[in-house]
Amino acid sequence: MKKLLSSVVAILIVVAVLFGAQRYLAAKTGSGEGGSKVLNLYNWGDYIDPALLKKFTKETGYKVSYETFDSNEAMFTKVKQGGTSYDLAVPSEYMIEKMKAANLLLPLDHRTLTELKNYDSRFLNQSFDRHNKYSVPYFWGTLGIIYNDKYVKASDVQHWDDLWSSKFKNQVMLIDSARDVLGFTLITQGKSVNDKSTADLAAAQGKLTTLMPNVKAIIADEIKMYIAQDEASIAVTYSGEASEAMVNNKHLHYVVPSEGSNLWFDNIVMPKTAKHKAAAYAFLNFISEPKNAAQNAEYIGYATPNKKALALLPKSIREDKQFYPDAKTVSHLQVYSDLGQKWTEKYNDAFLEFKMTQR
Amino acid sequence: MKSKQQRQLFYLVPYGAWLLLFVIAPLFLLLFQSLTSANGGLTLHNYAVYFGSGTYLRMTFNSVWFAFLITLITLVISYPMAYLLNQLKRKQFWLLLVILPTWINLLLKTYAFIGLLSKTGTVNNFMSFFGIAPQQLLFSDWSFLLVAAYIEIPFMILPIFNSLAEIDPKLEQASRDLGANKWQTLRRVILPLSMPGVKAGIQAVFIPSLSLFMITRLIGGNRVITLGTAIEEHFLVTQNWQLGSTIGVILIVAMVVTMILTRDRVKKNTRK
Repeated sequence: MKKLLSSVVAILIVVAVLFGAQRYLAAKTGSGEGGSKVLNLYNWGDYIDPALLKKFTKETGYKVSYETFDSNEAMFTKVKQGGTSYDLAVPSEYMIEKMKAANLLLPLDHRTLTELKNYDSRFLNQSFDRHNKYSVPYFWGTLGIIYNDKYVKASDVQHWDDLWSSKFKNQVMLIDSARDVLGFTLITQGKSVNDKSTADLAAAQGKLTTLMPNVKAIIADEIKMYIAQDEASIAVTYSGEASEAMVNNKHLHYVVPSEGSNLWFDNIVMPKTAKHKAAAYAFLNFISEPKNAAQNAEYIGYATPNKKALALLPKSIREDKQFYPDAKTVSHLQVYSDLGQKWTEKYNDAFLEFKMTQR
Repeated sequence: MKSKQQRQLFYLVPYGAWLLLFVIAPLFLLLFQSLTSANGGLTLHNYAVYFGSGTYLRMTFNSVWFAFLITLITLVISYPMAYLLNQLKRKQFWLLLVILPTWINLLLKTYAFIGLLSKTGTVNNFMSFFGIAPQQLLFSDWSFLLVAAYIEIPFMILPIFNSLAEIDPKLEQASRDLGANKWQTLRRVILPLSMPGVKAGIQAVFIPSLSLFMITRLIGGNRVITLGTAIEEHFLVTQNWQLGSTIGVILIVAMVVTMILTRDRVKKNTRK
């Protein structure tokens, strides 16, 4: 009994010391919610150059508390439930539409946003947020095909329909996302990625089922690791994931099919829960400065919507057709709109049934 | 006397509060949610969707089938292993070695298997010494079963090992004295006496296996789909928490059935 008691006391002491140390470290690095010179940033994991956060603190005096989420839906749920005080968040386009409809966003004061002029007008005033009343573009990208030139000829994978080729039996990895996979199937049938017709969706599902013999796996972020390790020769994934994989394997290339694809945006918004608005505006202007945006784009590897930042990037990045496709391809790209509960479920049910298909 | 009773009641408070807050309330919420529609009315619609859909029923069948296979594989490996461990001199040490992998994070172990099984992985490298071309090992039913069984094995070995260790060696000797050979002793004496451990092991493996989902994606490449996948999707992607809860309730029912099937029917006095 005495031994038990002394070990309980020992554990309590260790817990108390760890708790104290944690508080001390939190106070030192400025995370946590307290204090007025703080910015609570809610972003995807590893989605900003950490050096920029330090620079921001140095320039403005605001300490940044960086919290991360791994899906738009998880972020939405957390902001909606309240109890958080995120000053800025970085959702994707369809989620901005959804947050707007749920009254979770604060309109931005354009007089304070002095650096908005740096952005390319092609990426402003989008359907999900007219006149950028609620959001500032952060990065944009595409959905496309990544392939390994050791096993696949470039001319064989220029279009979505090529994925169905009998040459690629059991070679294709797909991203585990109902919208993206059904989206490119709809594009091959000349339909919109936001199609809301039962017949079109059924037709797309039917066509998708015939892709199954070629499908090796349906996975998420792991694609970039597997494709870099030569596990498969072709994968459908996002441009950002592709650029990361390409760093690790020189044989990889990325194609945005010219007939069209998804154009996605991650924009910065101010949720209703924002408490440090001055800090938020300071950050929005800071990250919109061409020099900072360029540094960030080089670190993340996604395409920047900041026109002046693009001009500062090295030529090899700026003229890379894989990540900055030409105007003609861009004109064929489609942006997702929020499908609403009913159609989100229909898309996901169709996708789930596809996943259940036996080879 | 009264004060002792009061004191006992007082000790029950934290336990009762724990049960209420973390077991009963969530179960009730889950059941309640599964009986509501998106706009809040009471309905059986979710159950109708579940039982009316071939996809979900096939998925349920898949989950049960794979959980059964995982349990069977772990049992076939674990029983002889636990038996042998029990014969060893320093059995606690050997048992520790078997338990050791559970100290490592599940995800890390899964990633280790990716390194082993991938096309450029250790297994294929080794095979190439014998002139065998790289095989596709990942993303198959086999690789999924292998990794899932590997992860679950300690949970099967432990209870079986404990129940075997508890058997009085004198019983074995008596059985020999009375003329039973080694095989008969095992079948008539050891096996029945270790049944509680086997049942506990089956529960500890079968139930979590029903809703495995990280491994189905990472190793199975979503070629193996279990109910865990569907629950994740309904809670995170479609945000249809009602249907997700319904599947959750069905999993709980499946677990209760497993518990009933494997419970100890005859109450025995277990010696410590």
